[in-house]
Amino acid sequence: MVPFAGWSMPVQYTGIIAEHRAVRGAAGLFDVCHMGELDCTGPAAAACVARLTCAALERLAVGQARYAMILNQAGGIIDDVIVYRLGEERYRVVINAAHAAAVADHARAVAGDTSAALRDTSNELGLLAIQGPRAVAIVQAAATTEVASLGRYRCAPAEVAGVPVLVARTGYTGEDGFELFVAAEEAEKLWSRLLEAGAAAGLIPAGLGARDTLRLEAALPLYGNELSHRVSPLEVGLGRFVAKAGRYIGAAAIRRQRAEGVPRALAHLQLHGRAVARAGCAVTTAEGEPVGRVTSGSFGPWLERSLAMGLVARQHATVGGELAVVIRDRPHAATVVRRPFYQREDG
Amino acid sequence: MNTPEQLRYTAEHEWLREESDATVTIGITDHAQAELGDIVYVELPAAGAEITRGDSFGVIESVKAASDLFAPVSGTVTAVNGDLESAPQQVNEDPYGAGWLIKLQPGRLADERAALLDAAGYRQLLP
Repeated sequence: MVPFAGWSMPVQYTGIIAEHRAVRGAAGLFDVCHMGELDCTGPAAAACVARLTCAALERLAVGQARYAMILNQAGGIIDDVIVYRLGEERYRVVINAAHAAAVADHARAVAGDTSAALRDTSNELGLLAIQGPRAVAIVQAAATTEVASLGRYRCAPAEVAGVPVLVARTGYTGEDGFELFVAAEEAEKLWSRLLEAGAAAGLIPAGLGARDTLRLEAALPLYGNELSHRVSPLEVGLGRFVAKAGRYIGAAAIRRQRAEGVPRALAHLQLHGRAVARAGCAVTTAEGEPVGRVTSGSFGPWLERSLAMGLVARQHATVGGELAVVIRDRPHAATVVRRPFYQREDG
Repeated sequence: MNTPEQLRYTAEHEWLREESDATVTIGITDHAQAELGDIVYVELPAAGAEITRGDSFGVIESVKAASDLFAPVSGTVTAVNGDLESAPQQVNEDPYGAGWLIKLQPGRLADERAALLDAAGYRQLLP
């Protein structure tokens, strides 16, 4: 167990590689109760969420979800979130644990300007993620209503293993699966019942370590690594999640960046050898000229390659380019590859 | 945790075995591999390299972190376990066998032996 943002979190249960492979090959269950939830309600709820986050939310229907970011006035990223529309005047914004209190304060200030009601429901809600090719069948077998037909980035209330939940077809692993919002006091019951129900199908508990290697192979960004208040969504390839028009905080800066271009880009690096690039390692040209830094790196247990993402000067992020990562003072050759590193076959 | 009686140990969780040809074989302990978790890369010196007791002679990387390897005794590297390049998980699976790291021709073993721990002494360091 390790301390993480005030939570005590399991890095691994059986082993990071075993858990990673179980998620790619069968299914894994993640305790992500540390994630924060902000529920925004009332006639001004839509306006509040549209001001707070940069996604185009006008066409977000009830029961739909969208990946989004909360930006500062300079267009830097305060947090990356998923916005769920739970009702006509009811939205849920799922935020990261690391700076949850600061993000909640920021959101409250925005809500105050728009007269929407904002409630931090983080301590009332638990969140479990069940991910992998068998995850949907496992949850369906334990549910009293149809959930398998739920579309990607859709959510619906359901009862799973005798526990009322909100089922969402979302995740952070590159696999199909669900995230299940549950009353905090029922989370443990849901956890053990799901593990029991899915054991025969190969479901095992998976920790933070596998969550990190899975999201790296899927080239999903992590706040604090790829994303920070000094990084623009346009620099890390997330422009498609930023509304073209809109009155969200940071919109003016994003408009300017779109017109003028941004100096950096996220390069997806496949190292030639097995040495592991860690966050902070220098990225250089093949000739040794510094061009940026690694933001995340690890051994990809499914691809069995050393993989990294790095924020580099834009002209060096071209797919097919040859760069180097400096690990313990020695350059290790790496090729810039297309994202994601890993994509499931039906994905 | 497995701590074979016939080996010598260090507080940095390396083991050392004196071979009949007067070389020594070095690896990391069962406890060390368990603490590191899944090992994915091992960086070792080349044969012929001189290493000094207490200095870092290589690096072992798990998914979680990189850790230095500290030389339990001084000497000249006579062999490195090349299998670990493609199969570093052997250190997890068989830390005292197929997961060995390097062999040394020791230079000062008569002086340095006293600083090594026997199995009982090493076990006392384990939680």
